[in-house]
Amino acid sequence: MFNYESYLRLDKFPLIWCSGCGDGIVLKSMIRAIDKLGLSKDDVCMVSGIGCSSRLTGYVDFNTLHTTHGRALTFATGIKMAKPRLHVIVVTGDGDATAIGGNHYIHAARRNIDITVILFNNFIYGMTGGQVSPCTPKGKRASTAPYGNFENAFNISGLAQAAGASFVARATVYNAVQLEKLIQRAIERKGFSLVEVLSPCPTAYGRRNREGTPVDMILQQKETTVSVAAAEKMSAEELEGKIITGVLTDVERPECREEYQKLIDSFRKEG
Amino acid sequence: MAEETLRRKREAEITINTAWCKGCVICVELCPEQVLVMERGKAKVAHLDKCTVCGLCELRCPDFAIVVVDKNKSPKTGE
Amino acid sequence: MAEEKKIKVLTGNEACAEGALAAGMRFYAGYPITPSSEVAEVLAEELPRLGGVFIQMEDEIASMGAIIGASLAGTKAMTATSGPGFSLMQENIGFAAMAEVPCVVVNVMRGGPSTGLPTLPAQADVMQARWGTHGDHAIIVLAPFSVAETFDLTVRAFNLSEQYRTPVILLLDEIIGHVNERVTIVDPGSLEIFNRIVPSDPPDQYKPYRHTESGVPPMIAYGEGYRFHVTGLAHDETGFPTNSAAEIGRMLERHHRKVEQARDHIVQVDPFMMEDAEIGIVAYGSTARSARHAVRLARETGKRVGLLRLKTLWPFADEEIRSYIGQVKSWIVPEMNLGQMAHEVEWALAGSAPVTRLNKVNGDPISPPEIYQIIPG
Repeated sequence: MFNYESYLRLDKFPLIWCSGCGDGIVLKSMIRAIDKLGLSKDDVCMVSGIGCSSRLTGYVDFNTLHTTHGRALTFATGIKMAKPRLHVIVVTGDGDATAIGGNHYIHAARRNIDITVILFNNFIYGMTGGQVSPCTPKGKRASTAPYGNFENAFNISGLAQAAGASFVARATVYNAVQLEKLIQRAIERKGFSLVEVLSPCPTAYGRRNREGTPVDMILQQKETTVSVAAAEKMSAEELEGKIITGVLTDVERPECREEYQKLIDSFRKEG
Repeated sequence: MAEETLRRKREAEITINTAWCKGCVICVELCPEQVLVMERGKAKVAHLDKCTVCGLCELRCPDFAIVVVDKNKSPKTGE
Repeated sequence: MAEEKKIKVLTGNEACAEGALAAGMRFYAGYPITPSSEVAEVLAEELPRLGGVFIQMEDEIASMGAIIGASLAGTKAMTATSGPGFSLMQENIGFAAMAEVPCVVVNVMRGGPSTGLPTLPAQADVMQARWGTHGDHAIIVLAPFSVAETFDLTVRAFNLSEQYRTPVILLLDEIIGHVNERVTIVDPGSLEIFNRIVPSDPPDQYKPYRHTESGVPPMIAYGEGYRFHVTGLAHDETGFPTNSAAEIGRMLERHHRKVEQARDHIVQVDPFMMEDAEIGIVAYGSTARSARHAVRLARETGKRVGLLRLKTLWPFADEEIRSYIGQVKSWIVPEMNLGQMAHEVEWALAGSAPVTRLNKVNGDPISPPEIYQIIPG
């Protein structure tokens, strides 16, 4: 149906991810979105941190940068500020972006710098073996929460909204068509854009929490999510335990690099 | 590369790259028409005649291991 | 048009900013910290006028990440900090070393450990500058002793960084950072500027980590039609992660070789009255100013003392020190730490001459009389 090959580094396949991991479905959606937008591969710079999802940058034929844990947005900020013509896309996970990289995450959103973040939320640290993350739901088990997580979880999208991002959306791998469209809109929207994707981790999260097979986990996304439109008609009680998907924020706001360019241009006029 | 290509007289062509398939069963279970089955831990086309070329298996395969082609249409491609 | 030469009175921090601009630096990311903040303040004003980018990041970790990103995008980039911030930068300094990304990190040394002495000088980050990030890595560290030299060595830091594809650390100390001195600003056009070597290969043949004779692979920026991968993981010539022991060993060996085989170009010392010296002082940074004064005082009383001042701290000037074996009978190493460089001097001399340490870590600079007093004879 879609030929992904021209976007892939085929000699690096098969993918490192476990059987049934949702990350590959996100990767495919990203490629389709970039293709729909008609971006030149030379003008796309994809930056990732550390963790399962961050391995993505090794598989795609763009300008790619695999950085340190939590720091992808800092490198991406340098790239975007130095060479604004590049489309900078950051690939990160829930632990990478909201624990070790939490500070960078809110500040990149606050600056509203034109970076698109695809945040793979699998509720767990997959690569290191299933430790609890800031996004592990309360009560769920992890290798470092063997009696159940006693902490509260972050609302990743809410953080970006509160910090001032232009575009915030949440999606699932179950609805990969919607995911692709949201990624497309996120890249199109100038400013900090986030797509939080719920991506099942059957190995480190699902097994420990008796969530069943990869198929069960994907189908469960259909049950636990409601669209923004449907959520508007639901009461607080009805929304309990539900995750809202779709576009949560989409506004035009001054973008960081463009604002800086105005400053540079003001001196050029003077000079 | 281990590839298995099955064709039918109508439009569908399903290619499964067994070297990349990790046997997650997503394609098999989420196919609305039960076109696919598992065999020795890998997905396999069993009932090509039932395929409606909806592409859901390809869309949801995390490993780029299934390619569905409607032979009456040219495939979408980038670049 | 500006005149060819301008005399300015600057602090070391200001001269550092001026030197960076003269070297072609057009991207600065940093976080406020005493006693380095003036570097950022000057550049916040100057960079937008020159079409460059200044950005204040959320911390020093982010600052280091941002300059690596900017350098990969093809812009000469710098950050400046002091002790606690330098500690935070270590993680991404390691990335710059591993991924061979040119960049300059300025550390205006203050007293430590921890928050320590924010407004008082120290020279206790010498070993951290060499080994602060984990793992074996190549690094170049320079230490100016005057405001004028801060300008020169900042330019040189960029040149070395570009030439050898490595992070270069410029160690000032609080005294050098804040002292006011006359500086002759030369016409930037007259400066020798080295820009990274770009590949001559077409994109499909480009290997970002090619094993070249010099040990330095040509480097192209992102977005120039060469699509390549950069990672902090151990990688092969193509830039992709590898588990091959042979490839990993070859790469790490090359990282060291590219600096070690160029050490004669990189290492600079400034001998002062060393021609007939029987007593040698090894000093660097602001302590070298006191040492010069002490040498003059001692010469007045007929003592044959000289100063071997280190402008390059790493790679270490071991050969230069050893060249005095037989002539210099004893050495003195004054420094504002507990003997970090003295240990290196002792190692270089391997017992061939005694080394007297003079150490101070209370925030007071080492004065000329303190050095003079321990000069034997």
